This record gives sequence, C-alpha cells and structure tokens, in this order.
Amino acid sequence: MKEIRQNRRRFLALGAGLATLSACKKETSEIGAPVRAYGDRSPLEKAARDVRESITPGTSSTRTPLQDLDGIITPSSLHFERHHSGVPNIDGAKHEILVHGLVEQPLVFTMDDLQRLPSVSRIYFIECAGNSGAELAGNPQADAQKSTGLLSCSEWTGVPLSTLLKAARLKPEGKWIVAEGADACLMARSIPIEKALDDVLVAYGQNGEPVRPEQGYPVRLVVPGWEGNINVKWLHRIHVVDQPSMTRDETSHYTDLMPDGTAQKFTFVMEAKSVITRPSGGQKLTAGPGVYEIRGLAWSGRGKIQRVEVSTDNGQTWTDAELQSPILPMAVTRFRLPWQWSGKAATLQSRCTDETGYLQPTIDELQAVRGTHSQYHCNGIKVWSVKEDGSISHA
Amino acid sequence: MLRLVAIVLLCGTAFGQRNATEAEIKAKDLTVLPTGAGLPAGHGNAVGGKDLFKEKCAVCHNDHGEGREGQYVALVGGIGSLKTGKPVRTVGSYWPYATTIFDYVRRAMPYDHPRSLSADDVYSACAYILFLNGIITETQEMNEKTLPQVKMPNRDGFVPDARPDVKSKR
Repeated sequence: MKEIRQNRRRFLALGAGLATLSACKKETSEIGAPVRAYGDRSPLEKAARDVRESITPGTSSTRTPLQDLDGIITPSSLHFERHHSGVPNIDGAKHEILVHGLVEQPLVFTMDDLQRLPSVSRIYFIECAGNSGAELAGNPQADAQKSTGLLSCSEWTGVPLSTLLKAARLKPEGKWIVAEGADACLMARSIPIEKALDDVLVAYGQNGEPVRPEQGYPVRLVVPGWEGNINVKWLHRIHVVDQPSMTRDETSHYTDLMPDGTAQKFTFVMEAKSVITRPSGGQKLTAGPGVYEIRGLAWSGRGKIQRVEVSTDNGQTWTDAELQSPILPMAVTRFRLPWQWSGKAATLQSRCTDETGYLQPTIDELQAVRGTHSQYHCNGIKVWSVKEDGSISHA
Repeated sequence: MLRLVAIVLLCGTAFGQRNATEAEIKAKDLTVLPTGAGLPAGHGNAVGGKDLFKEKCAVCHNDHGEGREGQYVALVGGIGSLKTGKPVRTVGSYWPYATTIFDYVRRAMPYDHPRSLSADDVYSACAYILFLNGIITETQEMNEKTLPQVKMPNRDGFVPDARPDVKSKR
C-alpha cells in the first residue's frame, strides 16, 4: 500500500513535469511519465550556453557549447546570442516589414503575407565576426565553447529576400539595401544588392519552429556565409539605397584595424575555419591510453568544405579526416578521425580547405598580416594540448 | 517556385502585401547616408550639447566623453594612435563619418531611452562630441548641411576588404 502511494506520488510528480534526478533509473518496471505538450531534454543533461556578464546585460552574449553537441544542427535553445539592446518582445501578428527607397512600389509585408510566398528551407551557419577574437589577441581560451562558441548552425525557413525586392520592383540605381531590426537600438546594416538578390533569406523558421525570440522572432535576415551581425534580427525595414549608410556596426564595429593604422571595411565573408570539439579543452581522456575518435566542425562562408586535416604531433604530420554527409555550402560540416593515444603529452589541431582551395591559416599567419588589434574575423587554427594525465586545455 | 515568383511579380499584391503610404515611410525612415541624405532639419552646437550631454549621456560616457574604465568605452581621444602598438578607437580617432554619429545617437541613444531626443538635441550631442575631439569649435553649428561636411580625422583610413589576405601553405 505504501509502495503504491509512493509510486502514485512519483507518477504525479513526473506528470507535472517535475522529473527529478532521483526518478532517473537504469531501467524500471514503473510506468513512465505521461505525454506532454512541449518536450524537454533529460534532467540529467546540462549542456548550456556560456553567459558573458556585462554591465548592460542587453548588450551581452552567450556561446554555444560546441564540445557537447553532435551532428551539424545547433539546438535552437543553444544557438549563440549577441544582442545590442536586448531581446525585444514582438507580437508576430502585428509585425510588418517595410520595403522602400529606390523601388517603383514601396510595399508592406505582414507575417501572413510572408507565409503565403514561396518558401525555402536551407541549412546555414551563423558566426559572429567577433568569434575567436581572444585567440587573435593572443589570449587562447580553455575550451571550444569559449574559444569558438559564437558559431551555430540551423535549418532556416523563409522567403528569398529577392522575392520581396522584385515584388517592389527595384530601380536600377538601387545598389545597396539597409536592413533594420525592431530592437530598441534599431540595429541597421548595409548589404550590397548583389548579395541581397542572391541567397539572402527573410527567415521566420528555425529548425522547424518559429525563429526563437533571441534569434529574431518573428523574422530575421539570414545572409549565408557572412558575418553574424549582418544577419539582422527582428527585421522590420528594408531600405533600397544607392550607397552604404556606414552605420555604427559597419564602421566603429566589425571593421579590422591593421598594423599600418588602416581599417578594412565590408569584410563580410567568414573564411574557412575548423575546430576539434572532442577531445577538446576542458575534457579528459579518462579511459587512459587507447583509441579515441577525434571529432570536430568545419565551415566556410565561401561554400563547401572540401577537406579537413588533423595533426596530433604539433603540426609535423597531417592526416585527412573523414567528412560526414551532408556537406553543404555555408553550413558546418562534421569531421572525424580515429586516434590512438599513447598516453604521452600530445597536441590536437585541425585545418580545413574549402571548395575555393582556401586553406585555414594558423593564428601566427593571421597575426603576421593583421597584427593583434584587428579583433574580428579570426579563423586561425585552434590547438588543444593533451597532458599525460589525459586532461586537455589550450596549447 | 519560379512560376509562383512570377505570379508575385505580375500580380503585385497577389500574395497580400499592401502598398506602403508616404506617411508611414516618413515615420519609419531613419536611414542617414554619408552624403547627408536622410538628415532631418535641425541644429545645435557644443555649448548646448555640453548641458545635454551631462544630463543624458554622462552617466555612462562621463562628463567629457572619456568613458569609464573597464565599463564604457571613451568617445574622445586616441587621434593618431591607430598605427601605434596601443591603438585607441574612439568616435574621434576611428569613425570615418560624422553622419554616423547622428544616425547612431538618433536611433539608439540614450541606451535606456532611445529615440527620446529631438533632432536639435541630436545635432547638439554630435557637436559636443566633435568639439571634445577638437574637430570643430565650441560654437560651430551642426545642422543637416554642415554635419556631412565635417571631415573626420580617420575619413580616409578605411580601405576595402582585401580577403583572402592571409595565404597559408601546406
């Protein structure tokens, strides 16, 4: 009788969505939790975004736990964040996108209007231009999340931006668009018309659901392969103009200061980059010497990944890793390579080549050209150091 | 897909989108170009800007735009430092266009009350920041004509992206 009551209590607790650690067993003959309207992961799983503290939390960022993930899709809950004035609370039913400027017919699209237009779904990575900035500045981070976690990859669904622009009938003098978000700072970026008409998406879907609020709900731009900031979230205005606006985020920010004092502007493409996520910093080879599978991610803003090589001996020799299908342009590609660990200290690093033949450089090679103050667009090789006790950190 | 797009193009509002009115465009259009296109009528100088700055901006940026160490970056100083080992990027030393100051302040500042300033307020704030950087005089008036003519110290410092600029070899 007592047991039945206990079981009943446990059953009710699970039913209320209060699954506790004590309820998790190897196997059980007890009836499990009932169905629920919106699922969640096992309470035992703790992978989380790394939240950076900021004196103005609305301008802060979070990083994706790359070392804890498999496959190529980032769960929406773990997609990195970078906001400039917080996450706005927008009602999709009232949201509109204004298309105006150098067009024959300025138009307004509601979310219902967008849903009626021909849609596409595409898998693309988004990487913040500031990702790995600490590595470039000579301050290597201790794990993949901290070093490279301003990178995520999702399946985005929406309408090609070209459909909206063509519906408004572009004038020939329209050479750029200014895309503006509906967040408190109305963050805005200029995009050349060639890219706008090429593959840019006005996306309302992320991994099969509406885009998450922190990713731009109800609608955002996805600008394949280009720096994260230009993928304007909470999109509400597209202004066709004859020249770039030179907004704060394309002058003061996201420009690379070179050693000679000049600054490079309009560095849009995120160049080919890879990182080993397992075994990687913060993890430990607890099983001792033996075979481990090296796994990681590679991606390029210029197209598909063609090749990934891995070195376990300080870069003296390199071995081709296996690339896992699908290998998609401007999406992350998973690579893997079996590795026999002898139990001695080792270094692990990967370098990728994209379909244009571009080879991922070392941090030293980047610094030789760009110095240590360029802050953004760092795609240098990340090196992990394995100690004899199996613990791993940055080299 | 192509057929559907063609229907959108031919039928205009076949998919429901409506034509935008002049009034709503005017209400929402905040774009400013380096030429000055998009700047509203208005004016201000650094004398008025100083009081405004103290009241609305100094809580973060400090009274003279020097920022607050480790918390808020400086808006002032660093001119001539960009090619040194310790570059200091500020509005004065780094930003190529004065119109960007107007654009950013109008759309995003003060941080906790964006778009609460009048056009005259924004011109005054721009004038004060430019004056603190030694780029204009204290009484020089900034308006939709004069602001785009201000030549920022780093106007010619921005060069087109040279990617791929780092060529690694096997």
